[in-house]
Amino acid sequence: MHADLFDRYQTRGSPIHNLEPRVKLVVTVLFILSNVLLPDGAWLGFGLSFSFVLLISVLARLGPGYAVRRSFVALPFALAAISAVFAQPGEAIETVKLGSWTLVVTEAGLIRFASIVLRSWLSVQMAILLTATTQFPDLAHAFRHLRVPRVLVAIISFMYRYLFILSDEALRLLRAREARSARIPESKKSPPTLWKAKVTGNMVGQLFLRSYERSDRVYSAMLARGYSGHLLTLNPHTMHMKDWGMGMLAVTMLICLQIIARI
Amino acid sequence: MATFPFFFKPLLMHIPDGFLNLPMAGVFWAISILMIVLAVHYTQGELNERRIPLMGVMAAFIFAAQMINFPVVGGTSGHLLGGVLAAITLGPWAGILVMTSVIAVQGLLFQDGGLLVMGANIFNMGILTAVIGYGLYRTVAGRSRGVRLVVAGLAAWLSVIAGALVTALQLWLSGTALLEVIVPAMLSVHVFIGIGEALITVAALAFIMQVRPDLISAQASTGNGGRGWIAAGLAVSLLVVMLSPLASADPDGLERVAINLGFIDRGANPVYHILPDYTIPALGKGPLSTILAGVLGALIVAALSILIVRLFRRPIKS
Repeated sequence: MHADLFDRYQTRGSPIHNLEPRVKLVVTVLFILSNVLLPDGAWLGFGLSFSFVLLISVLARLGPGYAVRRSFVALPFALAAISAVFAQPGEAIETVKLGSWTLVVTEAGLIRFASIVLRSWLSVQMAILLTATTQFPDLAHAFRHLRVPRVLVAIISFMYRYLFILSDEALRLLRAREARSARIPESKKSPPTLWKAKVTGNMVGQLFLRSYERSDRVYSAMLARGYSGHLLTLNPHTMHMKDWGMGMLAVTMLICLQIIARI
Repeated sequence: MATFPFFFKPLLMHIPDGFLNLPMAGVFWAISILMIVLAVHYTQGELNERRIPLMGVMAAFIFAAQMINFPVVGGTSGHLLGGVLAAITLGPWAGILVMTSVIAVQGLLFQDGGLLVMGANIFNMGILTAVIGYGLYRTVAGRSRGVRLVVAGLAAWLSVIAGALVTALQLWLSGTALLEVIVPAMLSVHVFIGIGEALITVAALAFIMQVRPDLISAQASTGNGGRGWIAAGLAVSLLVVMLSPLASADPDGLERVAINLGFIDRGANPVYHILPDYTIPALGKGPLSTILAGVLGALIVAALSILIVRLFRRPIKS
């Protein structure tokens, strides 16, 4: 697993890629906020939100389907919202008896459920676009400019740097376990869960120690290279007129979207 | 995406955007920001710059450790959330910062959990776990290895239950789910996920204690504010233990409390009435009385837990 799995799209050039990371981060959060603020059943509003996502995808030269294809990550969570179907007062469409419960499906409930899932789906797409068009170190600098505590940004930057190495380490441990876990084809018996848990725990402990010792070496190596407490970047991270303009434009569009959805 | 098996963790705890309403997201961002600011303050006070790479690597470790699973019956698998392990091995404040980083990166890079609701995710998976994990573990600091491991396991189990319970309550208070469905559903799933968490945490801690005992004993007894963590840990644990059965068995009661406290408004629904049970009779009905009743309840819980701490307190080795 390598960092360039995510960076594949990040190095392309486009108006969105070249936008100042702060603007992208803030607009993404505002877009998600705008989705949450849309009333239930504001289909026009959701449609406009989706067009906004498409517009950004096209501007970023990723193709209109880019975010849609990757946006089903959060969908399993929709399970948690299914009970919203029954939670709204209103005219009954369908009554479900489940043991001692009588659950009443209402139109308002269905609209609420659909709205929740749509909000989540649209928000995930924008977050995907943010990741696809911004390199993570730039995002970390955007945090710093947005007054996230220095320590936290430093931890996040370090974490990103070692994420892929340690994930590889974990995959290596998993592969080693696979390789040593033979199973006799005729036997249906699987080893006791407690034993499996213990092996897994030992693997986690092993990973912990490897990480701990690595962090020591990392720190020495960084000191040797002149680390003074903060990470440096070649990206200037200054707000130009163009960045302000694009940010303002996006905010205006979101405000218009909110107004149109409420008419 | 098939190359990333960890994308599909069975933990229904990374809330995506859109599932919480704005007040809920805002309140939990506020709590989480407060705790993060405190954590930054305390870790800067007691630690040097050397700790920052350590915490970064540890955050990456928690992320990678969440990939390591073991198969349990019926295609499900045991997983690690890691909050308790982080709090015990690194100390509570560092644990909070590490878990915050993990959740931030999962949300930003993998869309595993939302951005606007990240405050709630940080609270459920980073702060609750640190309070319960470190608080309970600290009560037995200096005791024998077996006792510490048992308490760590219990704390790990309880931290998952607590996270699931609070997630369920957040979803309900946002009007996303029905209380009588979501609480039993979340709790019944996470009772088992919690067992996996407990087993892995205990086995990992036992391994670390055996190989590098210096890492753990150093953390458990040097952190500041031990008594505060113990009190907070016990109070939160007690609250979870009391609230979980109540929320599953008597959702109506909980719903009434929420209406009384003004969290939700069920205007048109005539099923629930405001009962005087949750108010102080001398003050009559009304929000003031209910709030006072709530504060009184919280004080009783706090007093009880401090009493328990006193009873069980052992001289902590320094």
